[in-house]
Amino acid sequence: MAQGAQKIVFRPLNLARCIIWSGFALLLLVLPLFFNKGFALTLMCQIGTIMIFSLSFNMLLGQSGMLSLGHAVYSGLGAYFAIHMLNLIGKGWLFPVSLLPLVGGLAGALFGVLFGYVTTKKSGTPFAMITLGIGELVFAMSLMFPEFFGGEGGVSSNRIAGEPLFGFITFGPQIQVYYLVAVWLFICTAAMYAFTHTPLGRIANAVRDNPERVEFIGYETQRVRYLVLIISGFFAGIAGGLGAINFEIVSSENVSAIRSGTVLLFTFIGGVPFFFGPMIGAVIFGFFIVVLATITKAWLLYLGLFFVMMVMYCPGGIATLIMMQFPIVKAGRFREIFPSYCLAVAAGLTLLAALVFAVEMIYHLSLEAAAGTTKAFFGYDVEVASATPWLGVALLSGIGAVLFVAARRGISTHWDRIMGDIIRSQTA
Amino acid sequence: MEFFLISLLNGVSYGLLLFMLSSGLTLIFSMMGVLNFAHASFYMLGAYFAYQISVKFGFWPALLMAPLVVGVLGALVERFMLRRVHKFGHVPELLLTFGLAYLIEEFVHLIWGRSSLDYKVPTEMDGPLFTLYTTTFPMYRGFMMLVAVLMLLAIFLVLTRTRIGLVIQASLTHPDTVEALGHNVPRVFMLVFGGGCALAGLAGVIGGNAFVTEPGMAAAVGSIVFVVAVVGGMGSLAGAFVASLLIGVIQTFAVAMDYSFVTLLKSAGFVITPDTFLYSLWKLTIAQTAPILPYLFLVLILIFRPRGLMGTREG
Amino acid sequence: MNAPAPMPVIAAALELRAVRKSFGVTEIIRGVDLAITKGERHAVIGPNGAGKSTLFNLISGRFGVSTGAILLNGGDLAGLKPFEINRKGLARSFQITNIFANLSVFENIRCAVLYPLGYKYSFWKALSTLKDANLRADEILELIGLKKRRDVKAGLLTYAEQRALEIGITIAGGAEVILLDEPTAGMSRSESDQAVELIRKVTVGKTLVMVEHDMSVVFSLADRISVLVYGEVIATDVPEKIRGNAAVQEAYLGTSLAEGAH
Ligand SMILES: Nc1ncnc2c1ncn2[C@@H]1O[C@H](COP(=O)(O)OP(=O)(O)O)[C@@H](O)[C@H]1O
Ligand SMILES: [Mg+2]
Repeated sequence: MAQGAQKIVFRPLNLARCIIWSGFALLLLVLPLFFNKGFALTLMCQIGTIMIFSLSFNMLLGQSGMLSLGHAVYSGLGAYFAIHMLNLIGKGWLFPVSLLPLVGGLAGALFGVLFGYVTTKKSGTPFAMITLGIGELVFAMSLMFPEFFGGEGGVSSNRIAGEPLFGFITFGPQIQVYYLVAVWLFICTAAMYAFTHTPLGRIANAVRDNPERVEFIGYETQRVRYLVLIISGFFAGIAGGLGAINFEIVSSENVSAIRSGTVLLFTFIGGVPFFFGPMIGAVIFGFFIVVLATITKAWLLYLGLFFVMMVMYCPGGIATLIMMQFPIVKAGRFREIFPSYCLAVAAGLTLLAALVFAVEMIYHLSLEAAAGTTKAFFGYDVEVASATPWLGVALLSGIGAVLFVAARRGISTHWDRIMGDIIRSQTA
Repeated sequence: MEFFLISLLNGVSYGLLLFMLSSGLTLIFSMMGVLNFAHASFYMLGAYFAYQISVKFGFWPALLMAPLVVGVLGALVERFMLRRVHKFGHVPELLLTFGLAYLIEEFVHLIWGRSSLDYKVPTEMDGPLFTLYTTTFPMYRGFMMLVAVLMLLAIFLVLTRTRIGLVIQASLTHPDTVEALGHNVPRVFMLVFGGGCALAGLAGVIGGNAFVTEPGMAAAVGSIVFVVAVVGGMGSLAGAFVASLLIGVIQTFAVAMDYSFVTLLKSAGFVITPDTFLYSLWKLTIAQTAPILPYLFLVLILIFRPRGLMGTREG
Repeated sequence: MNAPAPMPVIAAALELRAVRKSFGVTEIIRGVDLAITKGERHAVIGPNGAGKSTLFNLISGRFGVSTGAILLNGGDLAGLKPFEINRKGLARSFQITNIFANLSVFENIRCAVLYPLGYKYSFWKALSTLKDANLRADEILELIGLKKRRDVKAGLLTYAEQRALEIGITIAGGAEVILLDEPTAGMSRSESDQAVELIRKVTVGKTLVMVEHDMSVVFSLADRISVLVYGEVIATDVPEKIRGNAAVQEAYLGTSLAEGAH
C-alpha cells in the first residue's frame, strides 16, 4: 500500500479558489465606489443580509435535502434578540454593536436546538409540514407577547449606541453599515463554504442522497439533520442580527411565513445544487423587491410565474444554467450554440412583453378602474377597454410562441451534438 | 350548558369544513405523495368562483358549478404542471404547488382586488335554524354541516363501491403494491387531484359566505389544514376526520373562553398583579392563545405520537 | 481449496437464536438458529422469497425481530438501530444497489470511513486535512478496482462498477463481520469472477456471511453453507456435505447443484 500512498497528491491550496475568494473580497470592497447613493447602499446591505440568510437556508435544502418552510423563525428570533441587545447597549451596556450579529446567531442556534429537536425527528415532506407549523406557532406567539415582540409596531432601536468602533465608526452613516455587512458576509460565506468540506457537511450530502444507507455506515441521520439545522439556524440568526442593525426595527413580519417563503423562492431561483446559487438568488431578490416592486403592483405575480417556470423547466436554478455552459465554453464551441440562445432570449422577451401588457391592463381594469380606461405604457396612452391592445397581446404571444419553438429545437440539436462530441472525445 | 352546546355545534361545523379540505389533501397525499400546498388556494378559488357565479345565476347553480370548475382546474394543473416535475421527485412537486399558491393569490388580487367580497349567504337560508335557550343557531351553519356530511357519505360510497374507489383505497395503505399492479395510471392521479381540488372548491363555496371571502382566506386556513393532516396521521382519512373535528372544536371553544391563569388563581385565592414575574404569560386568556393551539397540538403529537392519531406510516 | 476446517465451539462472531419475524400475519422467518464462527466465510442459499434478505435486515437492525435473539460477538443486538449495530463492527451490502448517487466514487468511500476513524459529526475539521481518511479511501478504491473512476459521480458508473462500490462502502469501515446480499447478482460470468476475487481479497481475516445464487461462487468461496427454505434453515454444513444432502436436493437445489459441482 505504501506505493499507492505515495501516488496520492493532496491538492495544494487551489489557485482558482484563491482567485475567486480574493475577487469576492475585492468586489465587496469596491462596490460602494460605484453605487454610493443612499438607496443603492441600503439595497446592497439588504442583499448581503439575504445572501447569508439564503446560504443558511440552502445548507438545509441543497446540502441536506431538508425543505424548511419556517426558516424565518431563526433569522427573525435572532433579529429580535439582537435589537433588544442594541437597546440595552443604548442604555449603557458594554457590548460592541459590530458583534450584534453574533447575538442574533447565538439566539438562532439556541432556537435551532429547541425547535430542531422536534422538526428533525422527521424528514422529507413531513419535515416541511412541521417546520411550517413551528413557523406559524412562533408567528402567532409574536402577536401574543407584545412585551418582547413589540406588538403590531415591532421593536425599534437606534444603532448609534455605545462606544464607536476604533473611536470613529458609529454605524450612523449607511456606508459604515455596508462595510459591517460586507465583513460579516465574507466571514459567513467562507465559514459556510468551509462547512461543506467537513465530515458533517459531507455526511449531510450523503443523508440528502440516501438517508437509509447512511444509517448503515455508522451515522444517525436524525442527529445529522439536527446538527445541520442548529448550524444553519446560527447563520440565519446572524443574518437577522445584521438586518436589525440595517433597519433599526424588527417586527413580527420577520418571523412570518412570508419571510420563510421568500427565502425559499429566491434560493430556489438562484440554484439549489450549487453553493453560490443562493447568492445569485439574493441579487435577483434585490431586483424583484426593490426595482420591480416600485414599478408595478403585479410584481408578486411575476415572481410567482417566474418561480413556477423555474420549477418546471429549470429545477437547478440560474446557477445550474450557468454551470451547464462550462463544458461547452471549455471545448471552445459556445459560438455554435450562441445564436440559438439569442433566439431563446428574443422569444422570452416577446412572451414576457405580451404577458406584461396583459397583466398590467387587467390590473388597470380591476384596481385602477376609477382612473378611467386609459393606461400609460412607457409614455403611450393605451385604451384598455378597446380591442386593439388585446389584439396586440395576442399577436405578440403568437410571435413569441413561434420563436420559442424554433429556439428550443435549435438549442436541443446543438446541445446534443456538442455534448455528444465532448463525451466521445473524453472516452476516446 | 347553553354556551357549551352552541360552541360544540359551531366547533363541529367548523371541524366539518376543515375535513372537507383535509380529506382532499389526505387523498392526494396518500395517492401521489404530493403535499398540495395550493390546496387552500383551491378553497379560495371555490369561494371566488361561487361569488362570481352567484352574482349572475344565484347561489344554487354556484354550489354545483364552482366546485366543478375548480376540479377541472385542478385536473389541468396535475396534467400539465405536476406531471412534468413528477420525475424530479417530491420536493419539486411541493415547490410547484407552493409557487401555485403564490400565483393563485396574486391572480385573485388581479381579478377581484385586494379587499373582501360581498359574498352573502343566500336569503332563503339567512335565518335561524333553531333557538337553544337564548342563542339562535343560524340555518346556514346547519346547511354547512349537511353538505359536509353528504360529502363524507359520497366519498365513502365512491371509495367503497366503485372500482376506482377501491384502487384509491388500496393505495392509501399500500401505494407500492398498487403501483406494481399497474393501477397507478396517470388518469387516476389526475382524477384524484382534480377530485381533491373540487372538494376544496366545495368547501370554499359554503365556507366563503359563512366566514369571509378575501385574498387572505387561503393562508388563514391553509396551515391549519396541514396541521390536521399531520395530527390525524399522514394518509389516514379517518385520522383526518377525527383531527378536523378535534381542532375545530378546540379552537371554537378556546376563542370563546376569557379565562386566564389570573382568573384561575384568583378563584384559588392567589392574587397576581402586573408586577408578578412572567405576568404577560399569566394574564393571557385562553381566547388569546386560540391561534397557537393547533400548532401546539401538532408539536405535542409529534413528540408523543409521531405517526399521528390514526396514521400507520411514519413519515 | 477450502479444506473443511473443523469448527470449534468458541464464542461465535454472529449467532441467531430461534429468530422469528412476521410481517402482519405472515411469518417470513420461522425460527432460525445459526452460529457463525470468527473468520468463517458463510454462504446462505435458498430459493427466491425464502427470506434471505429479510434475515440480513434483521441482523443489521433494519427490522426488529418478532421473537428470538441475535448476538454479535456474544452481545445481544436487541433494540439496536442500524447505526449502533454498525458501530459494533457489522457492515452490510444491499441486494439492490444502495449508494450515494450524487457523490463521487471517492466521496462514497470516504463517507464510509469517517465514523470508524473517529471523525463522527465533526464540523471543525477540513476533510482535506484528514490524511488517514483520505489514504484509507484511496486504498479501498485501489482494492475494489475503481481507482481510475475516482472522481466520477457514483450514479454514472456501470452496473458492475456500482456493485463493486457497494462492496467497497460495506468494507471501508473495517467492520469485522460483513454481510453481502447477492453481490454478484446480474453480473456476467467474467464480472462475477472478478467480484469473487474482490470479495476474497477484501474479506481476508474477517467474518463473512453472503447470500448468493451462483453455485460456483458459493462453492469456491464458502467454508460453510446454510440452506434457507421458507424461512427455515434446513441444513448447515460444509459444501461437500450440502452437495450430498438429500433434503437439500429435494427442497431446493435440484439440477443447479449438479451444475455447481462441475
Ligand atoms: N417489509 C416487508 N413487508 C412485508 N413483507 C416482506 C417485507 N420484506 C420482505 N417481505 C416478504 O418476505 C419474503 C422474503 O423476502 P426476501 O427476504 O426478500 O427473500 P429473498 O431475499 O430470500 O429472496 C417475501 O415473500 C417478501 O414478500
Ligand atoms: Mg433477497
